[in-house]
Amino acid sequence: MNIQAIKAIYIFEMSRTIRTLVQSIASPVISTVLYFIVFGSAIGSRMENISDVSYGSFIVPGLILLTVSLQSLSNASFSIYFPRFIGTINELLSAPVSYTEIVIGYISAAVTKSMIIGLIILITASFLVDISIQHPIWMICILFLSCVAFSLMGFIVGIWAKNFEQITIIPDLIITPLVFLGGSFYSITLLPEFWQKVTLFNPIVYLISGFRWAFFGNSDVYIGYSIFAIITFTLICLLIIWRIFSTGYRIKN
Amino acid sequence: MKNIIEIKNLSKKFVDGTEALSSVNLDIHDGEIIALLGPNGAGKTTLISAVCGITNMSSGSVQVAGFDVKKDYRKTRSIIGLVPQEIALQPFEKVIDVVRYSRNLFGFKNDDKYIEDILKRLLLWEKKDKRIVELSGGMKRRVIIAKALSHNPKILFLDEPTAGVDVDLRIDMWQLIKEIRAKGTTIILTTHYIEEAQEIADRISIINKGKILLTEKKTELIEKMGQKVISIVLSEAINHTKYSDEFDIINDAESNQHIIHYNYLKSDKNFDRFITTLKNDGHVINNIETKEKSLEEIFLDIVSK
Ligand SMILES: Nc1ncnc2c1ncn2[C@@H]1O[C@H](COP(=O)(O)OP(=O)(O)O)[C@@H](O)[C@H]1O
Ligand SMILES: [Mg+2]
Repeated sequence: MNIQAIKAIYIFEMSRTIRTLVQSIASPVISTVLYFIVFGSAIGSRMENISDVSYGSFIVPGLILLTVSLQSLSNASFSIYFPRFIGTINELLSAPVSYTEIVIGYISAAVTKSMIIGLIILITASFLVDISIQHPIWMICILFLSCVAFSLMGFIVGIWAKNFEQITIIPDLIITPLVFLGGSFYSITLLPEFWQKVTLFNPIVYLISGFRWAFFGNSDVYIGYSIFAIITFTLICLLIIWRIFSTGYRIKN
Repeated sequence: MKNIIEIKNLSKKFVDGTEALSSVNLDIHDGEIIALLGPNGAGKTTLISAVCGITNMSSGSVQVAGFDVKKDYRKTRSIIGLVPQEIALQPFEKVIDVVRYSRNLFGFKNDDKYIEDILKRLLLWEKKDKRIVELSGGMKRRVIIAKALSHNPKILFLDEPTAGVDVDLRIDMWQLIKEIRAKGTTIILTTHYIEEAQEIADRISIINKGKILLTEKKTELIEKMGQKVISIVLSEAINHTKYSDEFDIINDAESNQHIIHYNYLKSDKNFDRFITTLKNDGHVINNIETKEKSLEEIFLDIVSK
Protein backbone atom coordinates (compact mmCIF):
# COMPACT_ATOMS: atom_id res chain seq x y z
CA MET A 1 0.00 0.00 0.00
CA ASN A 2 1.42 3.39 -1.01
CA ILE A 3 0.20 5.28 2.05
CA GLN A 4 2.31 8.32 1.17
CA ALA A 5 0.43 8.66 -2.11
CA ILE A 6 -3.02 8.34 -0.53
CA LYS A 7 -2.07 10.96 2.01
CA ALA A 8 -0.66 13.21 -0.69
CA ILE A 9 -3.84 13.02 -2.81
CA TYR A 10 -6.03 13.57 0.25
CA ILE A 11 -4.07 16.56 1.52
CA PHE A 12 -3.83 18.07 -1.97
CA GLU A 13 -7.59 17.84 -2.41
CA MET A 14 -8.34 19.15 1.07
CA SER A 15 -6.02 22.11 0.60
CA ARG A 16 -7.98 22.99 -2.53
CA THR A 17 -11.11 22.96 -0.38
CA ILE A 18 -9.52 25.07 2.32
CA ARG A 19 -8.39 27.61 -0.24
CA THR A 20 -11.97 28.01 -1.38
CA LEU A 21 -13.34 27.64 2.13
CA VAL A 22 -15.83 30.47 1.99
CA GLN A 23 -17.59 29.31 -1.14
CA SER A 24 -17.31 25.65 -0.14
CA ILE A 25 -19.08 26.15 3.13
CA ALA A 26 -20.92 29.44 2.97
CA SER A 27 -23.01 28.53 -0.05
CA PRO A 28 -24.59 25.35 1.38
CA VAL A 29 -25.24 27.16 4.66
CA ILE A 30 -26.92 30.07 2.92
CA SER A 31 -29.08 27.85 0.75
CA THR A 32 -30.11 25.82 3.80
CA VAL A 33 -31.16 28.92 5.66
CA LEU A 34 -33.16 29.97 2.61
CA TYR A 35 -34.92 26.61 2.45
CA PHE A 36 -35.85 26.89 6.12
CA ILE A 37 -37.14 30.40 5.74
CA VAL A 38 -39.31 29.39 2.79
CA PHE A 39 -40.34 25.83 3.62
CA GLY A 40 -39.78 25.69 7.34
CA SER A 41 -41.25 28.98 8.48
CA ALA A 42 -43.27 30.58 5.71
CA ILE A 43 -44.96 27.52 4.25
CA GLY A 44 -44.22 25.06 7.04
CA SER A 45 -46.21 27.05 9.61
CA ARG A 46 -49.34 26.33 7.56
CA MET A 47 -48.52 22.65 7.07
CA GLU A 48 -49.81 19.83 9.21
CA ASN A 49 -47.36 17.74 11.18
CA ILE A 50 -46.22 14.59 9.42
CA SER A 51 -46.22 11.59 11.80
CA ASP A 52 -46.11 13.92 14.80
CA VAL A 53 -43.12 15.78 13.45
CA SER A 54 -43.46 19.46 12.62
CA TYR A 55 -42.93 20.16 8.92
CA GLY A 56 -39.87 22.30 9.59
CA SER A 57 -38.14 19.43 11.37
CA PHE A 58 -39.46 16.87 8.90
CA ILE A 59 -37.56 18.37 5.97
CA VAL A 60 -34.18 18.48 7.78
CA PRO A 61 -33.00 14.97 6.79
CA GLY A 62 -34.11 15.43 3.18
CA LEU A 63 -32.46 18.79 2.96
CA ILE A 64 -29.19 17.45 4.33
CA LEU A 65 -29.25 14.55 1.89
CA LEU A 66 -30.11 16.81 -1.03
CA THR A 67 -27.14 19.06 -0.37
CA VAL A 68 -24.75 16.29 0.60
CA SER A 69 -25.53 14.16 -2.44
CA LEU A 70 -25.06 17.05 -4.86
CA GLN A 71 -21.91 18.20 -3.09
CA SER A 72 -20.42 14.70 -3.12
CA LEU A 73 -21.21 14.31 -6.79
CA SER A 74 -19.77 17.63 -7.85
CA ASN A 75 -16.69 17.44 -5.63
CA ALA A 76 -15.72 13.96 -6.67
CA SER A 77 -16.46 14.45 -10.35
CA PHE A 78 -14.56 17.71 -10.48
CA SER A 79 -11.61 16.35 -8.53
CA ILE A 80 -10.91 13.69 -11.15
CA TYR A 81 -12.19 15.57 -14.22
CA PHE A 82 -9.91 18.56 -13.62
CA PRO A 83 -6.65 16.53 -13.68
CA ARG A 84 -7.90 14.85 -16.85
CA PHE A 85 -8.70 18.23 -18.35
CA ILE A 86 -5.36 19.89 -17.57
CA GLY A 87 -3.34 16.71 -18.06
CA THR A 88 -1.96 16.22 -14.55
CA ILE A 89 -3.67 12.82 -14.49
CA ASN A 90 -0.69 11.49 -16.44
CA GLU A 91 1.49 11.96 -13.41
CA LEU A 92 -0.95 9.95 -11.35
CA LEU A 93 -1.00 7.18 -13.95
CA SER A 94 2.79 7.05 -14.13
CA ALA A 95 3.18 6.92 -10.36
CA PRO A 96 3.46 3.66 -8.42
CA VAL A 97 -0.10 4.03 -7.20
CA SER A 98 -2.84 1.40 -7.49
CA TYR A 99 -6.34 2.22 -8.64
CA THR A 100 -7.62 1.43 -5.18
CA GLU A 101 -5.25 3.98 -3.70
CA ILE A 102 -6.31 6.61 -6.22
CA VAL A 103 -9.97 6.00 -5.41
CA ILE A 104 -9.36 6.01 -1.65
CA GLY A 105 -7.43 9.28 -1.88
CA TYR A 106 -9.99 11.17 -3.94
CA ILE A 107 -13.11 9.65 -2.41
CA SER A 108 -12.05 10.20 1.18
CA ALA A 109 -11.37 13.86 0.42
CA ALA A 110 -14.78 14.27 -1.24
CA VAL A 111 -16.49 12.41 1.62
CA THR A 112 -14.74 14.50 4.27
CA LYS A 113 -15.89 17.69 2.63
CA SER A 114 -19.48 16.50 2.22
CA MET A 115 -19.67 15.20 5.78
CA ILE A 116 -18.50 18.57 7.09
CA ILE A 117 -21.12 20.34 4.99
CA GLY A 118 -23.82 17.89 6.14
CA LEU A 119 -22.95 18.47 9.78
CA ILE A 120 -22.84 22.24 9.29
CA ILE A 121 -26.34 22.14 7.81
CA LEU A 122 -27.52 20.03 10.73
CA ILE A 123 -26.07 22.50 13.20
CA THR A 124 -27.52 25.45 11.28
CA ALA A 125 -30.92 23.76 11.20
CA SER A 126 -30.82 23.03 14.91
CA PHE A 127 -30.85 26.78 15.52
CA LEU A 128 -33.97 27.18 13.42
CA VAL A 129 -36.14 24.17 14.31
CA ASP A 130 -36.39 21.49 17.01
CA ILE A 131 -34.33 18.46 16.16
CA SER A 132 -33.91 15.35 18.23
CA ILE A 133 -32.03 12.43 16.79
CA GLN A 134 -33.34 8.99 17.81
CA HIS A 135 -30.48 6.91 16.40
CA PRO A 136 -27.40 9.14 16.22
CA ILE A 137 -24.99 6.34 15.33
CA TRP A 138 -27.21 5.22 12.45
CA MET A 139 -27.65 8.81 11.40
CA ILE A 140 -23.86 9.21 11.03
CA CYS A 141 -23.54 5.81 9.32
CA ILE A 142 -26.22 6.55 6.74
CA LEU A 143 -24.87 10.02 6.14
CA PHE A 144 -21.40 8.59 5.69
CA LEU A 145 -22.54 5.84 3.33
CA SER A 146 -24.53 8.31 1.28
CA CYS A 147 -21.47 10.54 0.94
CA VAL A 148 -19.38 7.55 -0.12
CA ALA A 149 -21.96 6.34 -2.63
CA PHE A 150 -22.48 9.73 -4.26
CA SER A 151 -18.76 10.48 -4.27
CA LEU A 152 -18.12 7.19 -6.05
CA MET A 153 -20.83 8.06 -8.52
CA GLY A 154 -19.26 11.50 -8.99
CA PHE A 155 -15.92 9.85 -9.63
CA ILE A 156 -17.51 7.80 -12.41
CA VAL A 157 -19.09 10.90 -13.91
CA GLY A 158 -15.73 12.70 -13.76
CA ILE A 159 -14.08 9.94 -15.76
CA TRP A 160 -16.94 9.56 -18.20
CA ALA A 161 -17.44 13.28 -18.90
CA LYS A 162 -15.91 14.70 -22.07
CA ASN A 163 -16.54 18.32 -21.13
CA PHE A 164 -17.67 20.52 -18.27
CA GLU A 165 -21.33 20.44 -19.36
CA GLN A 166 -21.47 16.69 -19.03
CA ILE A 167 -20.31 16.95 -15.44
CA THR A 168 -23.41 18.91 -14.54
CA ILE A 169 -25.80 16.79 -16.61
CA ILE A 170 -26.00 13.91 -14.13
CA PRO A 171 -26.68 16.01 -11.03
CA ASP A 172 -29.06 18.39 -12.82
CA LEU A 173 -31.01 15.95 -14.94
CA ILE A 174 -30.99 12.84 -12.79
CA ILE A 175 -30.04 13.33 -9.17
CA THR A 176 -31.84 16.58 -8.40
CA PRO A 177 -35.21 15.30 -9.74
CA LEU A 178 -34.76 11.95 -8.02
CA VAL A 179 -33.96 13.58 -4.71
CA PHE A 180 -36.88 15.99 -4.97
CA LEU A 181 -39.26 13.22 -5.98
CA GLY A 182 -37.74 10.85 -3.45
CA GLY A 183 -39.58 12.45 -0.58
CA SER A 184 -37.09 15.05 0.63
CA PHE A 185 -39.88 17.48 1.35
CA TYR A 186 -42.87 15.16 1.83
CA SER A 187 -43.71 11.68 3.01
CA ILE A 188 -44.35 9.36 0.09
CA THR A 189 -47.38 8.05 2.00
CA LEU A 190 -49.04 11.35 1.03
CA LEU A 191 -48.91 10.37 -2.65
CA PRO A 192 -51.75 8.56 -4.49
CA GLU A 193 -51.30 4.80 -4.30
CA PHE A 194 -50.12 4.44 -7.92
CA TRP A 195 -47.38 7.04 -7.53
CA GLN A 196 -46.33 5.46 -4.23
CA LYS A 197 -45.59 2.27 -6.16
CA VAL A 198 -43.72 4.14 -8.93
CA THR A 199 -41.70 6.00 -6.34
CA LEU A 200 -40.37 2.74 -4.97
CA PHE A 201 -38.23 2.44 -8.12
CA ASN A 202 -36.44 5.61 -7.10
CA PRO A 203 -33.36 4.51 -5.12
CA ILE A 204 -33.20 7.87 -3.35
CA VAL A 205 -36.47 7.06 -1.55
CA TYR A 206 -34.68 4.36 0.44
CA LEU A 207 -31.87 6.70 1.32
CA ILE A 208 -34.08 9.50 2.54
CA SER A 209 -36.44 7.15 4.31
CA GLY A 210 -33.57 5.47 6.14
CA PHE A 211 -32.01 8.77 7.07
CA ARG A 212 -35.32 10.09 8.34
CA TRP A 213 -35.79 6.94 10.40
CA ALA A 214 -32.45 7.67 12.11
CA PHE A 215 -33.82 11.07 13.08
CA PHE A 216 -37.43 10.37 13.99
CA GLY A 217 -37.67 6.60 14.48
CA ASN A 218 -40.33 6.08 11.81
CA SER A 219 -39.98 5.77 8.07
CA ASP A 220 -41.78 5.30 4.76
CA VAL A 221 -40.06 2.02 3.95
CA TYR A 222 -38.67 -0.67 6.20
CA ILE A 223 -35.21 0.40 7.46
CA GLY A 224 -33.66 -2.94 6.43
CA TYR A 225 -34.52 -2.20 2.81
CA SER A 226 -32.92 1.20 3.12
CA ILE A 227 -29.64 -0.17 4.42
CA PHE A 228 -29.71 -2.84 1.73
CA ALA A 229 -30.36 -0.25 -0.99
CA ILE A 230 -27.54 2.05 0.14
CA ILE A 231 -25.04 -0.78 0.31
CA THR A 232 -26.11 -2.16 -3.07
CA PHE A 233 -25.79 1.28 -4.64
CA THR A 234 -22.28 1.67 -3.20
CA LEU A 235 -21.24 -1.76 -4.45
CA ILE A 236 -22.55 -1.07 -7.95
CA CYS A 237 -20.51 2.13 -8.09
CA LEU A 238 -17.41 0.28 -6.90
CA LEU A 239 -17.93 -2.37 -9.54
CA ILE A 240 -18.21 0.24 -12.30
CA ILE A 241 -15.06 1.98 -11.10
CA TRP A 242 -13.23 -1.31 -11.01
CA ARG A 243 -14.31 -1.95 -14.62
CA ILE A 244 -13.26 1.54 -15.69
CA PHE A 245 -9.77 1.08 -14.34
CA SER A 246 -9.28 -2.48 -15.49
CA THR A 247 -10.15 -1.52 -19.06
CA GLY A 248 -8.52 1.92 -18.99
CA TYR A 249 -11.81 3.42 -20.19
CA ARG A 250 -11.35 7.07 -21.22
CA ILE A 251 -8.09 7.24 -19.33
CA LYS A 252 -5.50 5.05 -20.91
CA ASN A 253 -6.61 4.44 -24.49
CA MET B 1 26.37 -3.83 -21.29
CA LYS B 2 23.41 -4.18 -18.94
CA ASN B 3 19.99 -3.30 -20.28
CA ILE B 4 17.89 -1.25 -17.93
CA ILE B 5 14.89 -1.24 -20.26
CA GLU B 6 13.91 -3.95 -22.73
CA ILE B 7 11.04 -3.26 -25.09
CA LYS B 8 9.82 -6.26 -27.05
CA ASN B 9 7.36 -6.20 -29.96
CA LEU B 10 5.53 -3.26 -28.51
CA SER B 11 2.48 -2.24 -30.54
CA LYS B 12 -0.12 0.38 -29.83
CA LYS B 13 -3.34 0.95 -31.67
CA PHE B 14 -5.54 3.74 -30.36
CA VAL B 15 -9.30 3.28 -30.07
CA ASP B 16 -9.80 5.43 -33.16
CA GLY B 17 -7.71 2.94 -35.15
CA THR B 18 -4.47 4.96 -35.34
CA GLU B 19 -1.53 2.59 -35.23
CA ALA B 20 0.99 4.66 -33.30
CA LEU B 21 3.55 1.92 -32.65
CA SER B 22 4.08 -1.27 -34.57
CA SER B 23 6.25 -3.99 -33.14
CA VAL B 24 8.89 -1.80 -31.57
CA ASN B 25 12.00 -3.47 -30.18
CA LEU B 26 14.48 -1.39 -28.23
CA ASP B 27 17.03 -2.05 -25.51
CA ILE B 28 18.20 0.83 -23.37
CA HIS B 29 21.54 0.50 -21.65
CA ASP B 30 22.09 1.33 -18.02
CA GLY B 31 23.59 4.78 -17.61
CA GLU B 32 23.37 5.94 -21.22
CA ILE B 33 21.75 8.92 -22.85
CA ILE B 34 19.68 7.71 -25.76
CA ALA B 35 17.86 10.02 -28.13
CA LEU B 36 14.66 8.94 -29.84
CA LEU B 37 14.85 10.99 -32.97
CA GLY B 38 11.84 11.27 -35.21
CA PRO B 39 9.45 13.72 -36.86
CA ASN B 40 6.18 14.84 -35.26
CA GLY B 41 3.68 12.03 -35.05
CA ALA B 42 6.38 9.34 -35.21
CA GLY B 43 5.19 7.70 -31.98
CA LYS B 44 7.82 8.98 -29.54
CA THR B 45 5.37 10.16 -26.90
CA THR B 46 3.27 7.03 -27.28
CA LEU B 47 6.34 4.88 -26.72
CA ILE B 48 7.18 6.73 -23.50
CA SER B 49 3.55 6.61 -22.38
CA ALA B 50 3.43 2.85 -22.77
CA VAL B 51 6.60 2.36 -20.72
CA CYS B 52 5.43 4.73 -17.98
CA GLY B 53 1.89 3.34 -17.67
CA ILE B 54 0.04 6.32 -19.11
CA THR B 55 -1.37 4.34 -21.99
CA ASN B 56 -2.23 0.66 -22.31
CA MET B 57 -0.18 -1.25 -24.83
CA SER B 58 -2.02 -3.31 -27.44
CA SER B 59 0.62 -6.04 -27.47
CA GLY B 60 4.21 -6.69 -26.55
CA SER B 61 6.06 -6.33 -23.30
CA VAL B 62 8.34 -3.90 -21.52
CA GLN B 63 10.76 -4.74 -18.75
CA VAL B 64 12.37 -2.13 -16.55
CA ALA B 65 15.28 -3.23 -14.36
CA GLY B 66 14.14 -6.80 -14.93
CA PHE B 67 10.53 -6.19 -13.89
CA ASP B 68 7.47 -6.24 -16.09
CA VAL B 69 5.86 -2.78 -16.29
CA LYS B 70 2.36 -4.22 -15.96
CA LYS B 71 2.79 -6.92 -13.33
CA ASP B 72 5.39 -5.14 -11.22
CA TYR B 73 4.33 -1.57 -11.93
CA ARG B 74 5.18 -0.38 -8.43
CA LYS B 75 8.78 -1.47 -8.78
CA THR B 76 9.21 -0.14 -12.30
CA ARG B 77 7.41 3.16 -11.86
CA SER B 78 9.11 4.09 -8.62
CA ILE B 79 12.49 4.27 -10.38
CA ILE B 80 11.24 6.24 -13.38
CA GLY B 81 10.88 10.00 -13.66
CA LEU B 82 9.01 11.56 -16.57
CA VAL B 83 9.19 15.08 -17.93
CA PRO B 84 6.21 15.17 -20.28
CA GLN B 85 6.07 17.04 -23.56
CA GLU B 86 3.05 19.08 -22.53
CA ILE B 87 3.41 21.10 -19.36
CA ALA B 88 0.59 20.04 -17.03
CA LEU B 89 0.44 21.69 -13.62
CA GLN B 90 -2.25 22.53 -11.11
CA PRO B 91 -2.42 26.30 -11.69
CA PHE B 92 -3.15 27.57 -8.18
CA GLU B 93 -0.67 25.51 -6.21
CA LYS B 94 2.70 26.67 -4.92
CA VAL B 95 5.86 25.46 -6.63
CA ILE B 96 7.17 23.67 -3.56
CA ASP B 97 3.84 21.95 -2.92
CA VAL B 98 3.57 20.46 -6.40
CA VAL B 99 7.14 19.18 -6.18
CA ARG B 100 6.55 17.64 -2.75
CA TYR B 101 3.29 16.16 -4.02
CA SER B 102 5.18 14.31 -6.77
CA ARG B 103 7.67 12.92 -4.30
CA ASN B 104 4.88 11.63 -2.05
CA LEU B 105 2.93 10.23 -4.96
CA PHE B 106 5.94 8.10 -5.80
CA GLY B 107 5.85 6.71 -2.28
CA PHE B 108 8.61 8.74 -0.65
CA LYS B 109 8.45 10.74 2.57
CA ASN B 110 9.19 14.45 2.46
CA ASP B 111 12.86 15.30 2.33
CA ASP B 112 13.23 19.06 2.60
CA LYS B 113 16.97 19.07 1.98
CA TYR B 114 16.69 17.04 -1.20
CA ILE B 115 13.84 19.15 -2.58
CA GLU B 116 15.77 22.31 -1.70
CA ASP B 117 18.80 21.06 -3.64
CA ILE B 118 16.72 20.32 -6.72
CA LEU B 119 14.90 23.64 -6.62
CA LYS B 120 18.19 25.49 -6.18
CA ARG B 121 19.79 23.64 -9.08
CA LEU B 122 16.83 24.53 -11.28
CA LEU B 123 16.91 28.16 -10.12
CA LEU B 124 13.45 27.81 -8.60
CA TRP B 125 14.30 28.20 -4.93
CA GLU B 126 13.41 31.91 -4.88
CA LYS B 127 10.12 31.06 -6.55
CA LYS B 128 9.21 28.20 -4.25
CA ASP B 129 6.23 29.99 -2.70
CA LYS B 130 4.94 31.40 -5.96
CA ARG B 131 1.82 29.93 -7.48
CA ILE B 132 2.20 28.14 -10.81
CA VAL B 133 0.11 30.76 -12.67
CA GLU B 134 2.65 33.41 -11.67
CA LEU B 135 5.53 31.65 -13.44
CA SER B 136 6.90 32.14 -16.94
CA GLY B 137 6.85 29.31 -19.46
CA GLY B 138 10.52 28.53 -18.92
CA MET B 139 10.03 28.33 -15.17
CA LYS B 140 7.07 26.00 -15.57
CA ARG B 141 9.21 23.71 -17.66
CA ARG B 142 11.77 23.67 -14.86
CA VAL B 143 9.02 22.86 -12.37
CA ILE B 144 8.03 19.74 -14.30
CA ILE B 145 11.69 18.72 -14.34
CA ALA B 146 11.87 19.25 -10.57
CA LYS B 147 8.76 17.10 -10.18
CA ALA B 148 10.29 14.33 -12.28
CA LEU B 149 13.48 14.43 -10.20
CA SER B 150 11.70 14.69 -6.85
CA HIS B 151 11.98 10.96 -6.10
CA ASN B 152 15.54 10.64 -7.36
CA PRO B 153 14.72 8.30 -10.26
CA LYS B 154 17.24 5.91 -11.80
CA ILE B 155 15.71 6.46 -15.23
CA LEU B 156 14.61 9.80 -16.60
CA PHE B 157 12.41 10.31 -19.66
CA LEU B 158 12.51 13.74 -21.24
CA ASP B 159 9.88 14.19 -23.93
CA GLU B 160 11.02 16.99 -26.26
CA PRO B 161 12.63 19.00 -23.45
CA THR B 162 13.77 21.80 -25.73
CA ALA B 163 10.92 22.08 -28.22
CA GLY B 164 10.18 25.75 -28.67
CA VAL B 165 12.92 26.80 -26.26
CA ASP B 166 15.42 29.49 -27.26
CA VAL B 167 19.08 28.75 -27.89
CA ASP B 168 20.50 29.80 -24.49
CA LEU B 169 17.98 27.75 -22.60
CA ARG B 170 18.63 24.80 -24.86
CA ILE B 171 22.32 24.88 -23.98
CA ASP B 172 21.42 25.10 -20.27
CA MET B 173 19.16 22.10 -20.69
CA TRP B 174 21.91 20.06 -22.34
CA GLN B 175 24.23 20.97 -19.48
CA LEU B 176 21.62 19.86 -16.95
CA ILE B 177 21.03 16.56 -18.75
CA LYS B 178 24.75 15.84 -18.73
CA GLU B 179 24.93 16.57 -15.01
CA ILE B 180 22.03 14.25 -14.26
CA ARG B 181 23.63 11.49 -16.29
CA ALA B 182 26.92 11.99 -14.48
CA LYS B 183 25.13 10.85 -11.32
CA GLY B 184 24.35 7.53 -12.99
CA THR B 185 20.82 8.23 -14.21
CA THR B 186 19.82 6.67 -17.53
CA ILE B 187 18.29 9.27 -19.80
CA ILE B 188 15.87 8.73 -22.66
CA LEU B 189 15.18 11.88 -24.56
CA THR B 190 12.95 12.45 -27.53
CA THR B 191 13.61 15.16 -30.01
CA HIS B 192 13.09 16.15 -33.58
CA TYR B 193 16.24 18.31 -33.56
CA ILE B 194 19.10 16.39 -35.06
CA GLU B 195 21.73 18.64 -33.55
CA GLU B 196 20.30 17.94 -30.12
CA ALA B 197 20.70 14.20 -30.56
CA GLN B 198 24.16 14.84 -31.95
CA GLU B 199 25.13 17.06 -29.04
CA ILE B 200 24.22 14.91 -26.05
CA ALA B 201 23.24 11.37 -26.96
CA ASP B 202 25.45 8.30 -26.67
CA ARG B 203 23.12 6.40 -28.95
CA ILE B 204 20.48 7.52 -31.38
CA SER B 205 17.36 5.63 -32.28
CA ILE B 206 15.50 6.83 -35.33
CA ILE B 207 11.75 6.35 -35.21
CA ASN B 208 9.20 7.08 -37.91
CA LYS B 209 5.56 6.07 -38.43
CA GLY B 210 5.60 3.88 -35.35
CA LYS B 211 8.68 1.91 -36.34
CA ILE B 212 12.25 2.03 -35.12
CA LEU B 213 14.36 2.33 -38.25
CA LEU B 214 17.76 2.03 -36.67
CA THR B 215 19.47 2.30 -33.33
CA GLU B 216 23.14 3.09 -33.38
CA LYS B 217 25.97 4.64 -31.45
CA LYS B 218 26.24 8.29 -32.27
CA THR B 219 29.86 7.85 -33.30
CA GLU B 220 28.85 5.19 -35.82
CA LEU B 221 26.15 7.38 -37.19
CA ILE B 222 28.64 10.19 -37.54
CA GLU B 223 30.89 7.74 -39.31
CA LYS B 224 28.08 7.44 -41.80
CA MET B 225 28.01 11.16 -41.90
CA GLY B 226 31.55 10.91 -43.28
CA GLN B 227 29.82 9.50 -46.30
CA LYS B 228 30.19 11.66 -49.40
CA VAL B 229 28.53 11.80 -52.72
CA ILE B 230 31.00 12.21 -55.55
CA SER B 231 29.64 13.50 -58.83
CA ILE B 232 31.68 12.53 -61.82
CA VAL B 233 31.00 14.55 -64.96
CA LEU B 234 31.87 12.73 -68.13
CA SER B 235 32.40 14.12 -71.61
CA GLU B 236 29.71 11.89 -73.11
CA ALA B 237 26.62 9.99 -72.00
CA ILE B 238 27.09 6.47 -70.66
CA ASN B 239 24.95 3.55 -69.60
CA HIS B 240 24.69 3.61 -65.76
CA THR B 241 23.32 0.13 -65.41
CA LYS B 242 26.56 -1.30 -66.67
CA TYR B 243 28.21 -0.16 -63.42
CA SER B 244 25.44 -0.19 -60.87
CA ASP B 245 25.79 -3.88 -60.07
CA GLU B 246 29.41 -3.64 -59.16
CA PHE B 247 29.66 -0.13 -57.72
CA ASP B 248 27.61 1.92 -55.25
CA ILE B 249 26.27 4.51 -57.61
CA ILE B 250 23.02 6.39 -57.09
CA ASN B 251 20.32 6.11 -59.71
CA ASP B 252 18.38 9.15 -58.55
CA ALA B 253 16.12 11.26 -60.70
CA GLU B 254 18.69 14.01 -61.01
CA SER B 255 21.36 11.86 -62.62
CA ASN B 256 21.50 12.44 -66.30
CA GLN B 257 23.56 10.34 -68.54
CA HIS B 258 26.61 12.57 -68.32
CA ILE B 259 26.84 12.55 -64.54
CA ILE B 260 27.34 9.66 -62.19
CA HIS B 261 26.80 10.05 -58.45
CA TYR B 262 29.05 7.76 -56.49
CA ASN B 263 28.37 6.96 -52.81
CA TYR B 264 31.77 7.30 -51.22
CA LEU B 265 32.23 5.71 -47.80
CA LYS B 266 35.21 6.44 -45.59
CA SER B 267 38.45 5.00 -47.11
CA ASP B 268 36.54 3.44 -49.96
CA LYS B 269 38.85 1.05 -51.85
CA ASN B 270 36.44 0.60 -54.74
CA PHE B 271 36.55 4.23 -55.80
CA ASP B 272 39.98 3.96 -57.33
CA ARG B 273 38.89 0.82 -59.15
CA PHE B 274 35.77 2.60 -60.38
CA ILE B 275 37.75 5.45 -61.90
CA THR B 276 40.16 2.97 -63.49
CA THR B 277 37.24 0.99 -64.91
CA LEU B 278 35.73 4.14 -66.38
CA LYS B 279 39.03 5.06 -68.01
CA ASN B 280 39.62 1.53 -69.28
CA ASP B 281 36.20 1.70 -70.88
CA GLY B 282 37.34 4.80 -72.72
CA HIS B 283 35.35 7.44 -70.86
CA VAL B 284 36.83 10.89 -70.37
CA ILE B 285 36.32 12.58 -67.02
CA ASN B 286 35.71 16.32 -67.29
CA ASN B 287 35.11 17.17 -63.65
CA ILE B 288 34.71 15.68 -60.17
CA GLU B 289 32.65 17.30 -57.39
CA THR B 290 32.25 16.01 -53.85
CA LYS B 291 29.47 16.72 -51.38
CA GLU B 292 29.34 15.69 -47.70
CA LYS B 293 26.12 14.13 -46.43
CA SER B 294 24.85 15.79 -43.27
CA LEU B 295 23.21 13.86 -40.45
CA GLU B 296 20.07 15.65 -41.54
CA GLU B 297 20.31 14.10 -44.99
CA ILE B 298 21.16 10.68 -43.58
CA PHE B 299 18.15 11.03 -41.33
CA LEU B 300 15.88 12.06 -44.20
CA ASP B 301 17.24 9.19 -46.29
CA ILE B 302 16.42 6.71 -43.56
CA VAL B 303 13.03 8.19 -42.79
CA SER B 304 11.91 8.41 -46.41
CA LYS B 305 12.82 4.80 -47.25
N1 LIG C 1 -4.92 9.64 -27.76
C1 LIG C 1 -4.73 9.41 -29.07
N2 LIG C 1 -5.73 8.93 -29.83
C2 LIG C 1 -5.53 8.68 -31.15
N3 LIG C 1 -4.38 8.87 -31.79
C3 LIG C 1 -3.34 9.35 -31.09
C4 LIG C 1 -3.45 9.65 -29.69
N4 LIG C 1 -2.26 10.11 -29.26
C5 LIG C 1 -1.44 10.10 -30.34
N5 LIG C 1 -2.09 9.65 -31.43
C6 LIG C 1 -1.50 9.46 -32.79
O1 LIG C 1 -0.44 8.55 -32.70
C7 LIG C 1 0.64 8.95 -33.52
C8 LIG C 1 1.90 9.11 -32.70
O2 LIG C 1 1.76 10.22 -31.84
P1 LIG C 1 2.85 10.66 -30.81
O3 LIG C 1 3.32 9.47 -30.06
O4 LIG C 1 2.31 11.78 -30.01
O5 LIG C 1 4.02 11.19 -31.78
P2 LIG C 1 5.31 12.05 -31.44
O6 LIG C 1 5.43 12.16 -29.96
O7 LIG C 1 6.44 11.29 -32.05
O8 LIG C 1 5.13 13.37 -32.08
C9 LIG C 1 0.19 10.20 -34.22
O9 LIG C 1 -0.32 9.84 -35.48
C10 LIG C 1 -0.90 10.74 -33.34
O10 LIG C 1 -1.84 11.47 -34.09
MG1 LIG D 1 5.47 13.78 -28.81
